[in-house]
Amino acid sequence: MEPKTPSRLEKIMAAGQLGVTSEVGPPRGADGAEIEHKGHLIKDYVDAVNVTDNQTSVVRLCSLASCIRLKQMGIDPVLQMTTRDRNRIAMQSDILGAASFGIHNMLCLTGDHQTFGDHPMSANVFDLDSVQLIQTVKMMRDEGKLLSGFEMKVRPQIFIGAAENPFAGPNVELRALRLGKKIAAGAEFIQTQCIYNIPKFKEWMKIAVDKGYAEKAYIMAGITPFKSLGMARYMKTKVPGMDVPDNLIDRLKGVPKEKQADEGIKMAIEMMQELKEVPGVRGFHIMAIEWEEKVPELVKGAGLYPRPQV
Amino acid sequence: MIKATPKPLEEIINYVKDFNKILVAGCDGCVTVCEAGGMKEAKVLGSALRLYFTQAGKDHEVVETTVTRQCDKEYLAELKDMVENADAVVSIACGCGIQYLTEMYNDKIVFPGVDTHFMGINADRGIFEERCAGCGQCVLASTGGICPIARCSKRMLNGPCGGSEAGKCEISKDTPCGWHLIYERLEKLGQVDRFTQPVDPKNWRTSRDGGPRVIIREDLRKAEPQHGSAHS
Repeated sequence: MEPKTPSRLEKIMAAGQLGVTSEVGPPRGADGAEIEHKGHLIKDYVDAVNVTDNQTSVVRLCSLASCIRLKQMGIDPVLQMTTRDRNRIAMQSDILGAASFGIHNMLCLTGDHQTFGDHPMSANVFDLDSVQLIQTVKMMRDEGKLLSGFEMKVRPQIFIGAAENPFAGPNVELRALRLGKKIAAGAEFIQTQCIYNIPKFKEWMKIAVDKGYAEKAYIMAGITPFKSLGMARYMKTKVPGMDVPDNLIDRLKGVPKEKQADEGIKMAIEMMQELKEVPGVRGFHIMAIEWEEKVPELVKGAGLYPRPQV
Repeated sequence: MIKATPKPLEEIINYVKDFNKILVAGCDGCVTVCEAGGMKEAKVLGSALRLYFTQAGKDHEVVETTVTRQCDKEYLAELKDMVENADAVVSIACGCGIQYLTEMYNDKIVFPGVDTHFMGINADRGIFEERCAGCGQCVLASTGGICPIARCSKRMLNGPCGGSEAGKCEISKDTPCGWHLIYERLEKLGQVDRFTQPVDPKNWRTSRDGGPRVIIREDLRKAEPQHGSAHS
């Protein structure tokens, strides 16, 4: 696939190399320096940095402003955008604003329901869903048009990303079909939900390869290391759409509490090593939640350092 | 039909405590079916108000009645004498009925006696479930007869989202995932291919987003009133 945008991430994966992304969660306050601090921790180990958009419906410093800060540090940001809080007017406006600062990657999401967050009484928007947001970005970039049909003089240049959760319901076949739907809508890279159940992921990936989806988009495997047994249990029981097999929980149980973080990193590296060999996997998206300092160790451990220069 | 539930008695007492002559006006339509605002509920509320006024040692006169539908002025007109005789009216019709009664009797204070919730079905005795969000542009033909607007918490047209698990919605284990239901139904019909094409953004103008809605049916306006129709 030929790169269509100036995105560094796109160029690296188009050149046949495994892409690596990670994410920064903005603070629940106006501390811009924290974003820069987190950016510094990972900048040399990844090709692009996602910035979450009020993740789990908790109010945080906005993704767009955080992306601009990262861009000004020389980092290629991935603007995450959910359709939960903004209608098509606000979203298209933010996309144009991002593009005006040279932000060339987006991850298009529907977003968690607001009942999970710190403002469960808020109204939601959901004017569009994730698939329709993908369509919108594609139309803006490739046709130079807004959803209204208005033709822009300057088009945004955005490498279009989407998420998919191979482990959610009803079954792996439908999750693969939905991946295909997102690709049909215009998604060019996919960052998956955190993978723990590798056999199930392989099953999903096989369908994606057989149906030709994996040739049409770069599928990046989602990795989240366990910090502790408690976190693994929380992910298993409390986070919607997460599939944590018991053998992983048992492995963490088998090590003393103070060694569990190290074991979690070791497990994540082993998973990345195994996933590298799965046909269709074109990169990794490392979501080290409030543990950004561990990203370098994971990238090195998986044999993905140094990052290619493009 | 429209589903409503009675407001807490304390709230209603708080509205009417400084009045003496109260009319409790029910409706024989939807709110009778969901047992929130029919004659039975009017009597229950009337008795409770009388008990309150008696115990508080206040003079009072509470009258209960219902009309066929509070959303039709012909029926509301039947209330004229009773409304005029009252200091305040508690309407236990749906929000439409309460407002239309207020519109008809503009110089009278009217309080709501129910909370109006949604359009739904009677799943079981005392269990009412939302099915239609009244978006004004029905998509059921392409979704296996299950509405994603009313039944998906995110009203997605391209679901299910990543939070769908074991047939349940991410917001609650008690909420079925609308898109899981759609998928099962399409599979049963052999129409899973319907799912593969991205559905374009929806025109929400026909929904509440376009402002208060009015339907003008010229064909009905021109037609002669039918014998045996609602207004006969």
